Amino acid sequence: MDDLDQLEAQSIFILREAYRKLRPLGMLWSLGKDSNVMIWLARKAFMGRVPFPALHVDTGKKFPEMYAFRDEYAKKWNLDLVVRDCPPVEEIDPSLPPAARSAARKTAGLAALIEEQKFRGVIAGIRRDEQATRAKERVFSPRGAGHQWDVRNQPPEFWDQYATPHEAGMHIRVHPLLSWREIDIWRYIQRENIPVVDLYFSKNGRRYRSLGDQDITSPVESDAATLEDIIAELRSSRTSERAGRAMDHESEDAFERLRVAGYL
Amino acid sequence: MTMMTAPHPAESTARNAATPIVIVGHVDHGKSTLIGRLLHDTDSLPEGRLGQIVESSQKRGRPVEWSFLLDSLQIERDQGVTVDSTRIPFQFKGRDFVIVDAPGHRQFLRNMITGAADAEAAVLVVDAAEGAQEQTRRHAMLLHLIGIRHVIVLMNKADVLAFDAARLEAAEQAIRALLAQLNVSVDAVIPASARDGDNIAAPSDRSPWYKGPTLVQALADVPPPAPRARLGFRMVVQDVYRFDETRYVVGRVDRGIIREGASISIGTQGQTARVTEIARWHAPALPVAGPGESIALRLEPDIVPDRGDLLFNPDEDMPRPVRSARIQARVFWLRQEGLKRGERLSLRLGPAEYPVTVASIDSVVNLEDMTLQKADMVGPEGFATIILTTAHAVLFDIFTPGLNDGRGVLVDQYQQIVGGAPLIGAAEISEPSHTIHPTESVISSEARRAAGERRGHVFWLFGRPAAGKSTIAREVEARLFRDGQRCVVLDGDSLRAGLNSDLGFSQEDRRENIRRTAHVARMFAEAGHIVLVALVTPMKSDRALAAGIIGKAFSEIFVDTSADICESRDPKGLYAAARAGKIAHFTGVDAPFEISDDPSLTLSSDSGPERAAETFIDYIQTKV
Repeated sequence: MDDLDQLEAQSIFILREAYRKLRPLGMLWSLGKDSNVMIWLARKAFMGRVPFPALHVDTGKKFPEMYAFRDEYAKKWNLDLVVRDCPPVEEIDPSLPPAARSAARKTAGLAALIEEQKFRGVIAGIRRDEQATRAKERVFSPRGAGHQWDVRNQPPEFWDQYATPHEAGMHIRVHPLLSWREIDIWRYIQRENIPVVDLYFSKNGRRYRSLGDQDITSPVESDAATLEDIIAELRSSRTSERAGRAMDHESEDAFERLRVAGYL
Repeated sequence: MTMMTAPHPAESTARNAATPIVIVGHVDHGKSTLIGRLLHDTDSLPEGRLGQIVESSQKRGRPVEWSFLLDSLQIERDQGVTVDSTRIPFQFKGRDFVIVDAPGHRQFLRNMITGAADAEAAVLVVDAAEGAQEQTRRHAMLLHLIGIRHVIVLMNKADVLAFDAARLEAAEQAIRALLAQLNVSVDAVIPASARDGDNIAAPSDRSPWYKGPTLVQALADVPPPAPRARLGFRMVVQDVYRFDETRYVVGRVDRGIIREGASISIGTQGQTARVTEIARWHAPALPVAGPGESIALRLEPDIVPDRGDLLFNPDEDMPRPVRSARIQARVFWLRQEGLKRGERLSLRLGPAEYPVTVASIDSVVNLEDMTLQKADMVGPEGFATIILTTAHAVLFDIFTPGLNDGRGVLVDQYQQIVGGAPLIGAAEISEPSHTIHPTESVISSEARRAAGERRGHVFWLFGRPAAGKSTIAREVEARLFRDGQRCVVLDGDSLRAGLNSDLGFSQEDRRENIRRTAHVARMFAEAGHIVLVALVTPMKSDRALAAGIIGKAFSEIFVDTSADICESRDPKGLYAAARAGKIAHFTGVDAPFEISDDPSLTLSSDSGPERAAETFIDYIQTKV
């Protein structure tokens, strides 16, 4: 097995654990590269099907290309797609910096969806290498009744033994991609021929490295127009993937505050 | 060992996965600083990261703090401690590593385990002047228990000792002695200064006497994980799916190779099946799978195993898993309350989960001097050797560093992981006089008889399958009931459905089936019951075993129906199945039936169960 085979096998193991131990279960599908890989891994784990709903918590501010992608592949991949809107920004904590406040809409929308469907497990595509607070995550990350993440009191997790909810109202965030790196995602997309939104590929010297809402994501300078180009670019680049995400740069702890409150 | 015909893809790697390296040690001995230094010296920092550290350090009025690289949470920066483990990729000499930063504070032990449990190698950071402290000992103990095979000791802050050869030599001897006590072998002991970069990536000119490797060199010398493909096949069933009329048994191969067409033995029941397909979605068809692969198997016959059933290949000439209901384990206890004898927990072994009771605490480790002591309780975050008992025998492999074998984990009633429990073997049953104190009934048999109770007795009916044992026993039971006599029937199928459901049909399991049944029968007889046991009991030695357990109140009743008649009756279709090869070791077909030389009574069911029952009851009345 090469390194991608190992990552794939481990993610499949995690997805199968989640499916067995956490019901009802849903998988967040943000339409970005990571969550497409995640859907693909679920199909690997369950012999071509995704046996739980794919959840899109919609801010209404995604790129038109992303909505088109969603509608095409929800059908093509036979997904049980659940779409829910987020509350307006006026209802969000005004003490947050503007981009973080905008992003926090997604947290509120997700919380409402979890309440509505009474999920015990929500699969999310975060990776350790994306951001320092994500590096602190567990594969199975318990969330209290208010969906809060207790960073200082996380359960032990070793030898592939994961936590399960033990109190009413709790749920588990499951992170099958935690050990993947950005370059692994792209190498896997290339190997498996997984479709992604066109915005990742360079046009006029710019491309999106990470896709969020239109108002809080900016493209980076890049000539990478193919999968090969992107992989080559990542091999030589040292810029952080989320350099184009505004909220990460507003203050030292903005992202951490978001994460503790339940943001991905 | 069976030689493989061709190398499996699992044995050739296009690109090796990153080698995880955990950094452990006592608080303030310099772990975070070391990692920061390591990343900087190997040119592994992302762009802008160094600038951030410098800025963050300046904001707090300090010189460059390498530890800020890791301590990225706000609380960590404010309090100057590392709360949780972080994984940082780093590359050296074309090889990928992942550094796992494990926090040193005692209350964060579970985070350290989380980070360290799968590491290939560990760097134990020890302050050269301070020497081993409590957390050094604790971490060293954990490295031993979780089975990390390569340990590199970094004698940090050697600059404080001015890189004095004699003093560093003394410090090295002390730490080597400690690790030898734990059977931890040491790859290298390196005098270093993480803050200044001595002997980290480049040899230091402050220690010209030191001839060993730099830290980076020592890491590069750690061999890649040993191949697991040439060991016996093991996979624990993770789940069973049924999609589009097809059943898939899914799981991850722990070790060995599985091929289409191979036999597998399933769990403690020991049923066997053949692998007809190794199914994968969107992958090239490959009739074989190896260690680490998450696979889906189709079986023939289409058996439905349980989650947690251990699969192995009975045709492989390899050691088989151990089977026991008493298991010795080394435990590292993560809960703040102690662990007491009698506590009920669950033991998880991969996807398997068994209710267990702590039967005894054999010894507890004293971290002061690393001695073993007798104790009634494993203290908070303590280490001990304990014995766990399960209701049913468990199939497991003994803990082996570097493999998934015997990686037991203890969970409490809230499903919280409260300890690690590497399984070190089946526990001998301790001497009954020490642990078991059977109580005798205060009602004597004379008193029972004076109160009009009859004497209890066990009538052990044996004979070929379908000889009519149960039919006769049930007939007798009904008649005795009408007469107001207390009668109990223990028949083979009922026992195997419940009490003995963990047993298969091997010679040992059949014997255990008889042993247990005899003990139960004896208890009923002691309470004044007429007990009718209906069991094939084909071996003389097994009937002797039962007679020995039950004693004087035992009679052997041979239900003498000829083999031909039994086979022609075949009410359960068992003979047909055995002849078709679907049941192995079936008495009278491919397993022996030893007739009796001098049974207490011989019954024939040829002229119907009623006649046999009458004869039998007459005999019973002479005994009770």
